[in-house]
Amino acid sequence: MTARSVLQQADIARALTRISHEILESNRGLSSVDGEADLVLLGIPTRGVLLARRLGAILDGIQPGAVAVGALDVTMYRDDLSKNPTRASSPTEIPPGGIDGKTVILVDDVLYSGRTIRAALDALNDFGRPRAVRLAVLIDRGHRELPIRADFVGKNLPSSAEERINVRLSEIDDSEEVTIG
Amino acid sequence: MRHLLSTKDLTRDNAIAILDVAEDMAGVADREVKKLPALRGKTVVNLFFEDSTRTRVSFEVAAKRLSADVINFSAKGSSVSKGESLKDTAQTLAAMGADVVVIRHAASGAPKVLADSGWIDAGIVNAGDGTHEHPTQALLDAFTIRRRLYGPDSRGRGLDGTTVTIVGDILHSRVARSNIWLLTTLGASLRLVAPATLLPVNTSGWPVTVGYDLDAAVDAGPDVVMMLRIQAERMNASFFPSAREYSRQWGLDDERVARLPAGSIVMHPGPMNRGLEISAGAADSAQSTVLEQVANGVSIRMAVLFHLLSGSDA
Repeated sequence: MTARSVLQQADIARALTRISHEILESNRGLSSVDGEADLVLLGIPTRGVLLARRLGAILDGIQPGAVAVGALDVTMYRDDLSKNPTRASSPTEIPPGGIDGKTVILVDDVLYSGRTIRAALDALNDFGRPRAVRLAVLIDRGHRELPIRADFVGKNLPSSAEERINVRLSEIDDSEEVTIG
Repeated sequence: MRHLLSTKDLTRDNAIAILDVAEDMAGVADREVKKLPALRGKTVVNLFFEDSTRTRVSFEVAAKRLSADVINFSAKGSSVSKGESLKDTAQTLAAMGADVVVIRHAASGAPKVLADSGWIDAGIVNAGDGTHEHPTQALLDAFTIRRRLYGPDSRGRGLDGTTVTIVGDILHSRVARSNIWLLTTLGASLRLVAPATLLPVNTSGWPVTVGYDLDAAVDAGPDVVMMLRIQAERMNASFFPSAREYSRQWGLDDERVARLPAGSIVMHPGPMNRGLEISAGAADSAQSTVLEQVANGVSIRMAVLFHLLSGSDA
């Protein structure tokens, strides 16, 4: 009930714009090989997919056609399937060009234990062999349980394990903000 | 979900959840690596006391695509033919560490006996018991209908307002019984058409309307016509005068298919008796979903095994 708002709509937009430019910079501009995007953004359901689409739209505005956007469901690759109630899966959409030889950027809303990303790396394996895999997250809240680190972070948000971090995005939620509490 | 014994036990939310997971499972067949690690280290036993090709193979493929280990056990060539009881067979499988037992049995209720007995602590999936139920067939039928009706927008939807006509040997059909409960739960309205001899004596407890005239049912323009197999192995009395007469009155021939609305679909659970309950033209028409049903069977069974074997209550 005492959830505190840490990012508002404008902050989220600014963070995504900054991440887009960092992605651009780390890839020394973007190139498309034979008209196929060299960079593939894969969002992790649910909100990672929305963030990936937004990043894709920003990058497309800077250099049209240089990025492809998709979704990667990791439900079947989790290590806690038998410890939690049955999870519903979500669609996986790999862009038509595939991921072989591409730079894949995984996009998620909150980075916490790192186990979701571990599952995502396993899932990627079954779709092909990317040239490199990077990770972009809106919030890094710490408490990693695996040796995983984000390459692009919207905001570092030190938190205690008891706190809940909620990301709400206007596409599916009735507001747009990040709260902690 | 602990067991899947009957579609009567499924709530609308349960059923839609299974269909939605099956949508995601369907994509696995098109991938470079056709396997998911979700059920690694789990053992699925196919316990088949009755002949089956597609159901057993379908369960086997489904379990393997989820990385489970599969043991096939058929009554022929096993100790059952030496007179071993269901109890001893079940306890043997329990000792071998089965996590799920997929059972097909000629006796209605055999899966329930296994689930309630305490002989074995595995999840039980009914893969057809006598003339009682065949839940995964009904789920794959519902999945097939939903995909034909809504395509990529299927997710999360029921079958509200869809009209389904089931034709043929209702009396012996476990497929019909499972479909009646499931499709009704999902919001479809059902009509049964059969010779009076192949209908149960009393259908007042079923949420269906009953008719005897296939031509009238076809002209009513249903969204789905589901043909049932004439089960020669259960035809131990003269239910109809001759195959030719059955075919003329209750068979779906080319002429009847042509009278169906353009968007309607023709289903058959297989194996088909071509020329008896369904003509070759009808079975191979664009409206027919027979092969889709087989392909969708794998996705549905993956979803069912996933629901049974994942989750802390499993």
